[in-house]
Amino acid sequence: MPGRQLIMGFPVTATSHSLAEYRARGGYAALDKALRQMQPADIVKEVTASGLQGRGGAAFPVGRKWQVIVHDDGQPHYLIANADEGEPGTFKDRWILENNPHVLLESMLISSYALNVRNCFVYIRGEFDLPYRRLAGAVEEAYAAGFFGQHVLGSQFSCDIVVYRGAGAYVAGEASGLIASLEGKKSYPRNRPPRLTVRGLYQRPTVVNNVESLSNVAWIIGNGAAAFKAVGTPKSPGTRLFSVSGHVNRPGVFEVELGYPWMKFLEEDCGGIQGGGALKCVVPGGVSSKVLTGADIANLRLAHEDLWDAGSTLGSGGMIVIAEGTCMVSLLQVILRFYHHESCGQCTPCRHGTGWMHRIIDRIVAGEGRPEDIERLYYISKFNDGTTICGLGDAAGYACTGILDKYRDEFEYYIEHKRSRHDGNLECLRSS
Amino acid sequence: MKHLIPEFEKLRERFPAGFESSLVLPCVRRIQEERGYVADADIEQLAAFLGVPPIQIEEVLSFYTQFRRKPIGRWHLQFCHNVSCSMNGAERILEHVQQRLGIAPGQSTPDGRYTLSVVECLGSCGTAPMMMVNDGYHENLTRAKVDELLEGLQ
Repeated sequence: MPGRQLIMGFPVTATSHSLAEYRARGGYAALDKALRQMQPADIVKEVTASGLQGRGGAAFPVGRKWQVIVHDDGQPHYLIANADEGEPGTFKDRWILENNPHVLLESMLISSYALNVRNCFVYIRGEFDLPYRRLAGAVEEAYAAGFFGQHVLGSQFSCDIVVYRGAGAYVAGEASGLIASLEGKKSYPRNRPPRLTVRGLYQRPTVVNNVESLSNVAWIIGNGAAAFKAVGTPKSPGTRLFSVSGHVNRPGVFEVELGYPWMKFLEEDCGGIQGGGALKCVVPGGVSSKVLTGADIANLRLAHEDLWDAGSTLGSGGMIVIAEGTCMVSLLQVILRFYHHESCGQCTPCRHGTGWMHRIIDRIVAGEGRPEDIERLYYISKFNDGTTICGLGDAAGYACTGILDKYRDEFEYYIEHKRSRHDGNLECLRSS
Repeated sequence: MKHLIPEFEKLRERFPAGFESSLVLPCVRRIQEERGYVADADIEQLAAFLGVPPIQIEEVLSFYTQFRRKPIGRWHLQFCHNVSCSMNGAERILEHVQQRLGIAPGQSTPDGRYTLSVVECLGSCGTAPMMMVNDGYHENLTRAKVDELLEGLQ
């Protein structure tokens, strides 16, 4: 097991997601402690001191986001758990929703108490069926047990929750796009400032946190910020849930203590490359993060600082492992098609840029690439960067230049010879 | 959709006051569950009930991939062809499904039983390749598994 576990440390059975079993594991004790022994400001202080970083992709410190909320400003505040998990390669929040939904609910209750929130929401992607049913079932259980509703556990604190289902839009995972969607509109992101913590849902101060980020709060309040900081590295406290897919023998969701050696994790926990093949590269945290080659990651630890130093990011924790023999041109085609499909169309550079990049990669794959196409892809990526309201346009560029930087020779070969050096292969060539 | 109004009233009670606009997505979802798609009359009636402009509902219907204005087959097969699924044989299995059903993505069989779509990441990358059949996820697909699955759908 790759280090200590704070969220996944129990055996999954047919009933382990239930309230009874969550309570048997010590669940809802942290809520009790928060309501009886702590003031809201103490909780904000504790979460800030824990150094917990956002787990959705940007790794922004949760406490810093929370500190913007003015407790008694006379307005309603809202808390939203972002469960619109859609970054390709990412399926870790789904694990929490299916197998440990009460850790999210308990954490949201504690967070709502801290942030003076009367109404909180979980925005869950529309395609998630079992995760939705598990979460909705957990909400019913929690209401019946008096954790939600009027006077939670007999205290002065009252809180209601709504589970809100999306309907299929990658851009709804962007926090301001999510808010537009939760207001019943198309999920167009909007410019900041004002920040969402100042003007968010229906123009009220709103905190949007990723499911996994929030799910750490119960543990932090139950055990203290100091105990949390003792897990992981000084710059990356705690654990992260990595969803591993691609050419590995044992794909799945793993909770990893930050600072754990990357190659050891891939070889021992993920069972190495399919068919005993060699590692070519890894998409570290969803397709929006830059790829790193096998040589790049050889001595890296799974920690934010190591990835930043290497020019990439742990992103959403969606780790896609790619074996030697995979055609990176074909892989980029899939990725650019995705961004083109998901661009919401609001900002010109992204709407046109993603389509332009998609057309270029399609013609390269069709054997009609032009020598200037590689520079053109760089140009569009650069032009998109920072010129759009949300990060989708930027991300398409990072994904593109990340692959071009490392595998430019494959693109030159494809354009010159009108065919792939690796036969357009995306599947793992088994050595048998 | 008129017969759903009592249900929508109950739904409204779960939201804070002033959140009528938020009901657009859940109400549209519910209408589509009943009818299979959203008709012009539904838009008008829902707009009147919620007090939102009809154009807001039209925008929502055209923006989100799960909503539709036209009926589809009884079984909606949505095949993921994003990165991890492609890396585990999605294209091969998709081709097999296309041959078996005799339709391309975006089409329905003439008997109205199947509609085939290709979609982007559904968060099932560790169990790739996968497809949705109506609301359910079917994972770790192989040709044999797809054959068995399709035979079970009537």
